[in-house]
Amino acid sequence: METTAVKPQFSEAAQAEIKRLLTHYPDERRKSALLPVLHIAQAEFGGWVSPEVQDLVAETLGLKPIEVYEVSSFYTMFNLKPVGKHVLEICRTGPCMLRGSDELTAHLERITGAKVGGPASEDGLFTLKEVECLAACGFAPIVQVREKYYEQLDTPEAVDAMLTELRNQVHRPALPWEETGLPNALANN
Amino acid sequence: MGRKLLTEHINVEGIDTFEVYRKHGGYRSVEKAIKTMTPDEVVEEVKKSGLRGRGGAGFPTGMKWSFLAKPEGVPRYLVCNADESEPGTFKDRQLMAKLPHLLIEGMITSSYALGANTSYIYIRGELLYVLRILEKAIAEAYANGFLGKNILGSGYDLDLHVHPGGGAYICGEETALLESLEGKRGNPRNKPPFPAVQGLYARPTVVNNVESIAAVVPIVNDGGDEYAKIGVGRSTGTKLFSACGHLNKPGIYEIELGLPVEEFIYSDEYCGGIWKGRDLKAVVAGGSSVPILPKELILKTAAGENRLMTYESLSDGGFVTGTMLGSGGFIAMDETTCIVRNTWNFSRFYHHESCGQCSPCREGTGWLEKVLHRLEHGHGHMEDIDLLVSVAKQIEGNTICPLGEAAAWPVAAAVRHFRDEFEWHVTHAKQAAQPGAVFPGAAVLV
Repeated sequence: METTAVKPQFSEAAQAEIKRLLTHYPDERRKSALLPVLHIAQAEFGGWVSPEVQDLVAETLGLKPIEVYEVSSFYTMFNLKPVGKHVLEICRTGPCMLRGSDELTAHLERITGAKVGGPASEDGLFTLKEVECLAACGFAPIVQVREKYYEQLDTPEAVDAMLTELRNQVHRPALPWEETGLPNALANN
Repeated sequence: MGRKLLTEHINVEGIDTFEVYRKHGGYRSVEKAIKTMTPDEVVEEVKKSGLRGRGGAGFPTGMKWSFLAKPEGVPRYLVCNADESEPGTFKDRQLMAKLPHLLIEGMITSSYALGANTSYIYIRGELLYVLRILEKAIAEAYANGFLGKNILGSGYDLDLHVHPGGGAYICGEETALLESLEGKRGNPRNKPPFPAVQGLYARPTVVNNVESIAAVVPIVNDGGDEYAKIGVGRSTGTKLFSACGHLNKPGIYEIELGLPVEEFIYSDEYCGGIWKGRDLKAVVAGGSSVPILPKELILKTAAGENRLMTYESLSDGGFVTGTMLGSGGFIAMDETTCIVRNTWNFSRFYHHESCGQCSPCREGTGWLEKVLHRLEHGHGHMEDIDLLVSVAKQIEGNTICPLGEAAAWPVAAAVRHFRDEFEWHVTHAKQAAQPGAVFPGAAVLV
């Protein structure tokens, strides 16, 4: 099908990071970089990986597009549909449920207006997604937003603090290390 | 107070930096191994220590290492399994985030023992922030001559990389992890061949849990015999437990194996008892896949002896009256907990995480989830209870990887110990389906 959409391109910072990642694997095993490159792609292109973005990933690594599609659809972290500015990944597994994750989900649906599994809230700010165990069970209930864990969200005040912090983020970092600083290997070069 | 071999310095300010970690005795095991020991001598110390894999299976680490094939001229790999995803388990995350250099030190010493020149830490994708902490620490180790070419002038070379997953519990299974590291879907491989012969890129590979690799550090520093003095019988050394659920003080605790379960739950040094002054109802002692036990059986064995936190004591009584130490994910449930709801939740997890390769698991986990869903939501029938047991039995032993068992065991155990509560969900369906409904009876002791 013909499309008029502009073909996505990785930024220079992303290209440099991909180049660094490729040095981690044997030359004939570039495919190994697929998951890390998908993470970069999702961070660069609005929090999800469109078919066009996945094709770009395939081209970058010299893979067939199907090799990317079958992987992006297997792993739960990759969003295959457009998402709001912030994706709130709410842990729903046993230990979080014991400490109130069902109530947390209902509360978040009420105050953001978004529904789990549905489109983003009307203001485009929040997408709600239920996920399985995030390995932070001692600090339940938990929400993950990109690389940050918000823990012990068992009071309305804690939830409000999280949402306020997210609402006040004017700039959504395109690449994770805009938040956390350059990986040292890059900074040293 | 038990000895802390891994977490002694976990709260020291700046311990995540090379400088502070080094000041507290860090990287001594690398110096000792590389300068004074042959690789085989390091393997021998790990064997002597009795260390058992801390990821869940409990297989002796030294023995796993000795299976590694070493054909001339073929590269071999050490891969650290940091795909911590077993519900109830969060020890590796804490260890890596707070003590990144401990894992890196363990990786260097272990890679030297195995003759690996490239090693990977496969970390679950959700923990990207921990990946950044590890990458920073790795860069420091390179800068200080502990990684890269000719480490400490010994002629030994090692490159260490961190690799993120993409969100899939199944990648904690070692062959699924290797598939994932090769950039594929995380479908577990048929065995044999085992990774020790054909692992990453079809090369000989050892896959070890984060905590197992970290434990190599004190083992090399103090000797395997010293390590083996801690603990009881074949449960040697210290172990990290991730305590969660209805406890006053959930968190990570490093204990000497052999601590009584009762002391772990109620002592102020550890979990500080059950929250809100309530009574304990049940415990899942080693991550969501091990059998749940009612209070009476987690505190005492069927023979009336104190249950201890060891591999042997927790499994005393087999699956009839015992459980497993597993990954050390210790989930406590208070008297108000609905066992049917909790079992349904775990089944939904396994259904969601089944890779779909083997029909008994793909279809069976779906059946378990659906039948439990209808019991919990007031639409169950009495025969559903035996149906659950029957489906669980048909999954067990009929799949490529242990996810099948992990899905089956919790259901079978919940029905075994809490059958009246399941029956009550049929006889009092409307009442039981109310949010927060509490079963009025007590657990059945087999």
